[in-house]
Amino acid sequence: LLFFSGSMEPAFHRGDLLFLTNQIEDPIRVGEIVVFRIEGREIPIVHRVLKIHEKQNGDIKFLTKGDNNAVDDRGLYKRGQHWLEKKDVVGRARGFVPYIGIVTILMNDYPKFKYAVLFLLGLFVLVHRE
Amino acid sequence: LRKNVEDFTGPRERSDLGFVTFDITADILNGKNGLRTIFDWNVKQLFLYLSAEYSTKNNALNQVVLWDKIILRGDNPRLVLKDMKSKYFFFDDGNGLKGNRNVTLTLSWNVVPNAGILPLVTGSGHVSVPFPDTYEMTKSY
Repeated sequence: LLFFSGSMEPAFHRGDLLFLTNQIEDPIRVGEIVVFRIEGREIPIVHRVLKIHEKQNGDIKFLTKGDNNAVDDRGLYKRGQHWLEKKDVVGRARGFVPYIGIVTILMNDYPKFKYAVLFLLGLFVLVHRE
Repeated sequence: LRKNVEDFTGPRERSDLGFVTFDITADILNGKNGLRTIFDWNVKQLFLYLSAEYSTKNNALNQVVLWDKIILRGDNPRLVLKDMKSKYFFFDDGNGLKGNRNVTLTLSWNVVPNAGILPLVTGSGHVSVPFPDTYEMTKSY
């Protein structure tokens, strides 16, 4: 799953690649990062679980929020919908690979790498001018 | 301290709203002075959160995040927070906070790597916050 928005920064950034699992039996607990879909919308949302209320029989309703958002996701849900349910979950984020991010990190931590990249970019431009 | 207030963010029914004040003292291992570090080469940040867990007649399991904080690599490793109020409204799904003696607060954290797996860790140890049997009528918080 390719990550589009900034609502989970600074953990995830635009362009990061997320690895998901989708085990329906896995209990949903606060703190977990879930991928869910709102009825009628195509693009799934990846946010953290903020609140859960689970019945004895396993029926669960929960609320989510993006780390970088000031408020919870109720405003994003369908009109009249106050909670998410198991059926709305597409998967759970288990790991990720930063996309362009890794290059920026390397450039920050290793100045020699940054100079090498800049030098190579410079060469590239020069060569292509010809 | 607990009030019975209309939950204006959700369904229009009266639900229990809990008010909790807390202190947190935490030493995050950061490798200084020969200590181990949780911030190894692949850890970018910690997502710390305080959650309350309890059971009610309506729901066998309830978990509510009261407060959270992002700790970036390089931040001050000593966290001393006093008299903190919860960041998020502690609404129950119903009236299950009244007289509930078994509400436990736990501190947990999500380790966010530069790349790789995202583990969730729950701190050992927890605090119990028993709620009173009556509602508070005052307006101050």
